[in-house]
Formats: sequence, C-alpha cells, structure tokens
Amino acid sequence: MYEKNELNKIRDKRVDWEKNCYSNIIKEHPERKNKFENLSAIKIKNTYTPEDIAHLDYIKDMGFPGDYPFLRGVYSTMYRGRLWTMRQFAGFGSAEETNQRYKYLLGHGETGLSVAFDYPTLYGYDTDHPLARGEFGKCGVAISSLKDMEILFSDIPIDKVTTSMTINGPASIVWGFYIANAENRGISKNMIGGTIQNDILKEYIAQKSFIFPPEPSMRLIVDTFEYGFKQIPRWNTISISGYHIREAGSTAVQELAFTLGDGLEYVKSAMERDLLIDEFAPRLSFFFNAHSDFFEEIAKYRAARRIWAKELKKLGAKKDRSLLMRFHTQTAGCSLTAQQPEINIVRVTMQALAAVLGGTQSLHTNSMDEALALPSEKAARIALRTQQIIAEESGVADTIDPLGGAYYIEWLTDKIEEETYKYFDKVKQLGGVISAIEKGFFQREIAESAYKYQKEVDEKERTIVGVNRFKMDEELSIPILEMDEKGEHRQINRLKKLRKDRNQSKFDRNLKRLRKAALGNENLMPHILDCVHSYATLGETCDVLREVFGEYKEPTIY
Amino acid sequence: MERKIRVLIAKPGLDGHDRGAKIVARALRDAGMEVVYTGLHQTADMIVKTAVQEDVDVIGLSLLSGAHMTLFMDVTRLLKGKDMEDVLVVGGGVIPEEDIPTLKKAGIAGVFGPGTHIEEIVDFIRKNVKR
Repeated sequence: MYEKNELNKIRDKRVDWEKNCYSNIIKEHPERKNKFENLSAIKIKNTYTPEDIAHLDYIKDMGFPGDYPFLRGVYSTMYRGRLWTMRQFAGFGSAEETNQRYKYLLGHGETGLSVAFDYPTLYGYDTDHPLARGEFGKCGVAISSLKDMEILFSDIPIDKVTTSMTINGPASIVWGFYIANAENRGISKNMIGGTIQNDILKEYIAQKSFIFPPEPSMRLIVDTFEYGFKQIPRWNTISISGYHIREAGSTAVQELAFTLGDGLEYVKSAMERDLLIDEFAPRLSFFFNAHSDFFEEIAKYRAARRIWAKELKKLGAKKDRSLLMRFHTQTAGCSLTAQQPEINIVRVTMQALAAVLGGTQSLHTNSMDEALALPSEKAARIALRTQQIIAEESGVADTIDPLGGAYYIEWLTDKIEEETYKYFDKVKQLGGVISAIEKGFFQREIAESAYKYQKEVDEKERTIVGVNRFKMDEELSIPILEMDEKGEHRQINRLKKLRKDRNQSKFDRNLKRLRKAALGNENLMPHILDCVHSYATLGETCDVLREVFGEYKEPTIY
Repeated sequence: MERKIRVLIAKPGLDGHDRGAKIVARALRDAGMEVVYTGLHQTADMIVKTAVQEDVDVIGLSLLSGAHMTLFMDVTRLLKGKDMEDVLVVGGGVIPEEDIPTLKKAGIAGVFGPGTHIEEIVDFIRKNVKR
C-alpha cells in the first residue's frame, strides 16, 4: 500500500527509534510485562507501522463495505443505514413467564427476540421425562409442544419481529413448532423471519447438547436448508457458532478456525445432496463470542468475513449474497465474574463495542448477574441500555469500519487469518471435521487452552479484576430472579391434557409416516410439520428419530 | 507408600458445560490425586455406582444449569446406606449464595463458585478428606 521509497524511509526511522530511543528507555524503565501476548498467544509488538501492512493491496485485500472480500462490512451502508439488531437471549421457567419477559424487553426497545430453551428441550425431552428432573425452566424456557410455542409468542407480532432460537439436536422439530404456530395464526411463511441455531458440529465439539450421531444429524440439517430456501425464504436455517467453542475455553483463533471449518463442512454436505450453493448459502449465518481482548476480537470478525468470502468463492458461489458472512455476537459469559458483579457492566460494554466495531449484524449483551443466576429484569434492562448507548451516543455507528486501515488492526486481521488456515490444514490432515471430532482433536485443543488460561489466572499472569487482583469483601446486592414455582406443574398438566385431547389416529399416522421417511432419504421437514400440527410433543417426535437414528455418545477427554 | 486421594469428578444432569469439571479434574491430577471423570449426562444413580466401583474418597459435582438443588442432593441421599457416608462430597458451578447453607446441610461439604482458585479446592480436599 506504500511506495517503496517511502517504506524504506519509515523502516530506517523505525530501526533508529528502536535502537536509540525505545531500547534505551526500557533499560532504565523496564516494560510492565515480560511478554505481551493476546488471548490467542499471538505476540504483540510495541508499535505497528506501515511496514506491517505494506503487503496489502487495498482493492484486493480490503475493498469497500458491501464489496468483496467484505473485510470492511457485509453491507454497503452498514450502521449508517440501519443499526444492528438488539437481540437479548432470554428464557426461563414456563412459556407464560418468558412471554412476559419478551414483552418487557420489546417494550424497552429491543428489536429482535432470542429464545433460550431449558436443558430437557435442548435434548428433545418433554418436561415430564425422568431425565428432566430438576431442570425445568432452569437454563431457559421449557417448550414441549406446539401448545407451549403458542403461549410463548402470544400477542407478539411474529410477522414483524424476527426470532432466533438456540436449539440444535431437535432444531427441525422446534422450528416446526414456530412455523406451525405462524400458520395457525394465519401468517404466511414468507412473512416470518429468524434463525435456528441448528449447528450440531459445535455441539460435538463444545456445547454437548447433541442427540443423534453425526450422519443423521447432518441429514436433518441439510433438510432444513432445503426446506428453508424453498418455503421460508427469510429464515436463516443455521447459525454456525463459535460462541460455545469459546465459552468452553478456546482461544479467538481456535474459535474462528473451528467455526469456519464447521461452516465449510455444512456447505460441502449440502452440495453432496445436490443443493445449489447460491440457493442455500445466502441463508447461512454465524454466531461469535465477544471476549475481553478488544482488538483481537475486532480483528477476528474482520478476518472471518474475508476468509468466508474467499472460501465460498472457491466452492463455486457466484452470487454476492452467498459470500456474505452475517453474524450475531454475544458478549463472553465466561468472562463475567461472580465477584463484584456490577463491574461486569463495564466488561460487557467493552466487549459489545468490539462487536460493533467488528461489524456485527445483531448483538446480545450479557447481564451483570449471569455468573450468579439467570438475569433479573433490571440487569437485563441495563444490558440492553448498554447497546443503546453504544448505538446512539458514542458515535461509533456513524462511519463504517472506523478502525479499517489501522496498522495494528490490519496486521492482526491478517495474522488471525494466517493462523486460521493453519488449523484448516491440520483438520484436513485428520480427515475432515467429523473425523477430527471422533478423534477428539477439537475437544483436546479446547481443554488445553482452557487449562492454560485458568493457570495464568491462578498464577496472576493474567489479571481478572475482582478475582485475582483488586479484590474486596462485599455483601452481594444483586437481586436474584424468582421463578413461578407452579410453572412445572402447569406445564405437566398441559402435556397430559394435550395427549388426551388430540386426534389420536391422526397423531399415530403422522408419527408412523415420519418413521418411514426417516428410514428412507426424503426431506423430513414436511413430515415433522405434520407431526407438530397433530400435537405430537417434542419428546414423542424425537423418540421416533432416536429409534431410527440412534444416539451419540462422546469420547471423554480432559 | 501413602495411598493417593481418589476423586470422582461428575457431571450430573443434562448440563453440557464441562469446562470447569475438566479443569478441576486435570488440576487435581496435577496435584497428585487419582482422578476419574464420568463424562456428561450422569444420573445420580450412575454417579454413586461409579463412586462405589472406583472406591473413591471424594466426589466433585459440577453443574451450571441451576438444577443443583435437586441433583446434588439426589447424590448425597443415595450415598447414605451405601456405606459411603464418609465420602467427601464437594460441588461447583453457578450456585447462588442463598442455596449454599441448604446444600451444606445436605452433605455437600464445600461449594466452589466462579472465580475459585484451583489451589483452594486442592487444599480443601486435602484437609477434609475422611477416608
């Protein structure tokens, strides 16, 4: 990006500065730390100059917002046109309680919904299943049937608000609940929009709410791709997620590399089923973590866009829409401290700012009390207000990719890209993503990074304010969310009534058809929808698939 | 030679957050204990069976889903009458302050929340192990 002459002058001056200025000073006043490294163990220099980005070709490597390789943003107007969607992940207790929380959040200026399901739902069990013991509504809302979904979204305009649903193993069934609810309300399939997470590979790698083995899981996912672009064009049929990989302890580079690797695996699976890349790729979306190393996170998002665009092009995508990496971001839950919980507001602010400077399409900001319990109403409101301040007061949304061209940012973006490709090569050598999962490669890499991080914190090489430095004894003053104790009982009664009242012969017929289809190779979505409409529960529908597909057991690695 | 302290690290329930459990398992091993990790999705019954089979001195339960009041106490209840009352049971995860007294009363000797220094867990086990 610079003339050779100019670069030589800069280099000479820099060498002179290093030798005669910087090294003299640090002899007398040593640097704060022996080594400066970010969370991915990338060494950070004292300063960056045009030399570090001299190899970049502006048009080819950076370009303009909305233009290949989309480094500077996926849309040409970005936040000058429309702000990111403020989408707070929420769900607890019964459908009734969560419905109230959604209305509260929408009433306070939230612009999209995001459903957290409880563990039984995530594993495809109904609330009255023995394995659901003690888990009802704890980590999210319990949704066992279309009936529950109707309550969850009652009086919410689902033709206007988009909804993201964090559901993976049983994603196609829960999506079926959402679609069927819209149909029953007379809302056409063209009008509903949102996202299902539907990313099973990262479940095997990190989050662990899997049900079926890889092969049938991939089939179900490709079924949703196909059904989605044909029938529900505004739906993102997958949210390929690095968030959980990061929460499980990976570095930023690992998060990016493993997530993009998963993404490419889905693309290949869909292409093997003869789906056209330009038909399904525009509906693929992503989900990243926003951790605490500010610049590293920003560089990660920028690198993500460029790598994805390049790789999809290589795979034959022609349309620009197919090349766009659109992503949701959530601030890092694992960075929140139970100690002095109010200071989490500051952490979240910085992490959210990194996501915005990195060009996110939607954002969840964590509540300050999440290392203690589910967020209280007040904590959730402050988290939303944090986004509103960044959007409306800080000015960062007024120009696109404001850090673009900064020597450090561009160098780091490049470096993260380079490290990501190294992981791509390793995974290829292991025989691809699924084979690497079965060999425990990702799991081991993540456990290793998590352990290293914890050791650094324990040994005070890495400061966590309030945990290993600047500690204080305090009385906790965070109000804890109280849940309706009758919720579980109500839900179990609703299930009993539903099983008694439904048209039994229609129910039997539809489940039988689903079983037959699962044994063959046709798209399962229409059959799942038929089951849902006949009020088959989540557990009952999943059981049919469990019988046909079997269940996944993971290798235990630590 | 002195017998090494034997520890079972267990993940009860459906919770998949295993970062903490794995770190603790490894740290206890590094501290010279013998560690068995159950892996995910264990019922209380499975955990107690493994504890008996492996003849452990300590059970460490890890749970971040909020179901600890039910699932931790299922484990301590099952231990009674299995000649395992002297096993030291500790727990960790996202556990609100107000739940801790009840858990302690039920036999969870130590509860370790987010931000706990690993050494603290090692020390606690060494001081309190009964077998």
